[in-house]
Amino acid sequence: MDYWRKSPKVFWSFGIPPTIWLFAFFLAPLFLVWGLSFGEKQGIVEVAITGTLENYSRAVQPLYLQIFLKSFWYAGLTTFFCLVISFPVALAITFAPERWKPILLLLVILPFWTNLLIRTYALIAVLRTNGYLNDLLELIWLSADSGLRILGLGDWDLFGERFNRFELLYNNFAVVYGLVYVHLPFMVLPLYAALDRMDRSYIEASLDLGAGQWRTFRSVIVPLAFPGIISGVIITFIPALGSYLTPDLLGGTDSQMIANVIERQFKSANDWPFGAALSFLLMYLTFFALAVRALLTRHNGKGLT
Amino acid sequence: MSVRSNNPIGPLDYTRRTWMRLVLLGTFIFLYAPTVTLVAFSFNDSRRNIVWRGFTFKYYEKAWNNSSLVEAFANSLTIAFLSTLISVILGTMTAILLWRFRFPGKAGYEGAMSLPIVIPEICMGVAMLAFFSRIGWPSGLPWPLNLGAITIAHISFSFPFVTVVVRARLASFNRELEEAAKDLGAGEWQAFKDILIPHMRPGLIAGALLAFTLSLDDFVITFFTSGPDTITFPIKIYSMIRFSVTPEVNAASAVLIAITLVMTTFALWFQSRSGGQSGGRAHG
Amino acid sequence: MADRPVILQIKQVVKNFGNVYAVNGVNLNIHEGEFFALLGPSGCGKTTLLRMLAGFEFPSEGSIKIDGKETRDIPPNQRPVNMVFQSYAVFPHMTVFDNVAYGLKVAKTPREEVKKRVQDALALVKLDGYDLRKPDQLSGGQRQRVALARALVKRPRVLLLDEPLSALDAKLREAMQLELVKLQKAVGITFVIVTHDQDEALSMADRIAVMENGVVRQVAPPGELYESPNCRFVADFIGRMNLFSGIVEGQEDGSKLVVSTELLGKLTIPHIEKLSGKLHLAVRPEKLRISSEILPSAHFSFPGEVDAVVYHGSESHVYLKTDAGPLLCATLTNLSRSSVRPEKGERLWIGWAPEDTLVLSE
Repeated sequence: MDYWRKSPKVFWSFGIPPTIWLFAFFLAPLFLVWGLSFGEKQGIVEVAITGTLENYSRAVQPLYLQIFLKSFWYAGLTTFFCLVISFPVALAITFAPERWKPILLLLVILPFWTNLLIRTYALIAVLRTNGYLNDLLELIWLSADSGLRILGLGDWDLFGERFNRFELLYNNFAVVYGLVYVHLPFMVLPLYAALDRMDRSYIEASLDLGAGQWRTFRSVIVPLAFPGIISGVIITFIPALGSYLTPDLLGGTDSQMIANVIERQFKSANDWPFGAALSFLLMYLTFFALAVRALLTRHNGKGLT
Repeated sequence: MSVRSNNPIGPLDYTRRTWMRLVLLGTFIFLYAPTVTLVAFSFNDSRRNIVWRGFTFKYYEKAWNNSSLVEAFANSLTIAFLSTLISVILGTMTAILLWRFRFPGKAGYEGAMSLPIVIPEICMGVAMLAFFSRIGWPSGLPWPLNLGAITIAHISFSFPFVTVVVRARLASFNRELEEAAKDLGAGEWQAFKDILIPHMRPGLIAGALLAFTLSLDDFVITFFTSGPDTITFPIKIYSMIRFSVTPEVNAASAVLIAITLVMTTFALWFQSRSGGQSGGRAHG
Repeated sequence: MADRPVILQIKQVVKNFGNVYAVNGVNLNIHEGEFFALLGPSGCGKTTLLRMLAGFEFPSEGSIKIDGKETRDIPPNQRPVNMVFQSYAVFPHMTVFDNVAYGLKVAKTPREEVKKRVQDALALVKLDGYDLRKPDQLSGGQRQRVALARALVKRPRVLLLDEPLSALDAKLREAMQLELVKLQKAVGITFVIVTHDQDEALSMADRIAVMENGVVRQVAPPGELYESPNCRFVADFIGRMNLFSGIVEGQEDGSKLVVSTELLGKLTIPHIEKLSGKLHLAVRPEKLRISSEILPSAHFSFPGEVDAVVYHGSESHVYLKTDAGPLLCATLTNLSRSSVRPEKGERLWIGWAPEDTLVLSE
């Protein structure tokens, strides 16, 4: 690597365009929102930046604090389920035959490349009350019921008088289900990377010394994959916390997450300063999570070469 | 039978254990069943029913004849194309800058460059909304200038991704190659053009595909920067979904999924052809 | 050794991965207290065989008995064998003490006993006082000692060592060879070591099995292996060898074989076994003699010209192109500082005693 003074012409010609872009079209907008978060609404569109902390104190009132907590809870649950599902998946991919590995990895990555909105929509089409899953269940119910009739047990209504469709959407369950569905690849990939990097002879040594598979998993695999687990947890948690589309499309009236509240402030409620404050609080939480990750992985990564 | 007795499952053959395979199978069903069902039933000749009533293209025709849907699609492709072009240029410049030079405040600069990757989409979306309304971005411009705001926003969140991918590729570059070129008389620009660019090519392609997908897929940030006359494909789908689930939307979605598949296949094909480790890994 | 009871019985063991046969019908009996080496080039199946003993792979066919007990369905954690891994596999997240104690803790050994046995094991490998170190604070050699202590503390019936010295530098490797032999005699445990380094096998093992392409070619003590290889592969693999092919012409006196070689003419070699057809003749470079005059009549003797002399410090290798054609290599020990070595282009006689000729099958 060269010191920049070695070829300043090259340095400036490569450095200036992206830097200007970053400042003009990214940092400036962020800074503007930061400013707005200390502002007061005056009239319909006018905002005066007065340095008030009013917006932040409103954000920590019970009503909004509760939404923050709920977002945390959903993101945490999502992360938990993703971890539980991903660990065996990552393990299975790591120890799959070489020619299967790329295919299995591709199958995990492919949803990444597929439009989030369309994947969420697919979930709606399948899970809604008039969706394919309920149709399928009804079909099964009908054939089972007519089977009973053939057997002469029809009058007993063993499966109930008629098929009741399941209400699977527009509730909190649907939100967490959708979040897991969307974020699963975020967890599998870092876990796979950590497990694949791990020297297999550690696992073999543990088995060789008399430990069973479960003991080996607890005492050797998990501690050695710890940096990967932390990475996966944070990488899953951050986008889950800031989710907008999933709670918006799959949730009911009480499943709003923080991003939905922010959106409302900027659109229907038209309270930009408050929305700006909420948005910056969300961002601070994100930075906090990233700092935790940096701290944990650095501390634990030592000596794991 | 003989195969089974010939190859007993070893203690580390986790993938060959039944319960592991079931978990794997279950996970892939969980991930794929909804989209596969969606695509399959976009060909079903029935308004809304699980019973198969025959194969049809009529919903694709319907989607094709829906002029606002097609217009939204054209908008999306235009934005994605412009955004990819500029993102690759800016992202590559940043990658080379960070790869080649040491300079004061580099850690902070890298941090700022990775911000668009890490901050929640909603925060970036509202920032763009506030920004364009504050500076009084003109509305009602003729096509394609009216897509300017969305394109700018897309470039802002795409080019740092390109930087990551290209920089990962640059890490495998042997600086001695460049020095050898200069030793043989090539100038700075000549060495860049003849040595560095060819080495970066897989990274550039992977970065471009990533930027294109990111732009084509984006909903949240576009949602805050689009106006009534600048509807993109995801925004259009979103408003259609809010209305109801129709086979027409299924068909339109299937088309987008197909585009994604084709692009991924292309990316993988290129990756295997170029033979090196490339971007697919870096952002994976 | 042969009178001691058999501890490892390997019978007709085959391991195939699809069409690839890593191990193809191996039979071996390893005795109690023996230091046994599996030697062969990479890919010969020796590591696969070792991993089958440890239980990381299961044989496709055949049986492996440890102490007379069939091991087919016994997972590695229930076998009375322990392994020292090529990469040592010392757990990086545990201290030296915890590493060595791991196997005992897993077996629910009482805490006091764990402590005592770990201390003893660490003393055995001369690592007393290193208990609280983490593996990243140890040198490669020390890490290997931890791996050794960790395996020995379990008091296995058999200790398996997978290329244990390959990651050490040359000086340390030699010291460790000596130490491993001493350690093995002291603890009396059967050692099975896998190596591709013939020096290592020859200097350490009581018996060596030479493997090639999944098959055991010869099992013998080091001296026998070197002086009486039973086939061309073993002769060529162990040490240096001058090899040429020939055809049996006939027997003489019932104890001599007349072989005609393409380039060196007819040679009469003492050999009791009756043979016919094509075979290989071999002679070790150090058994060759070089002289400015024709060698005594009891020797084979061929005139030639020095092609090259390669200096190796303690000895020199002289390559002599015989007038008949073949290039022969002879080893000269540099006995004194002023030893005179032949020069390139010099005309000399080269030969050897007929009884030093090895007769090898294909």
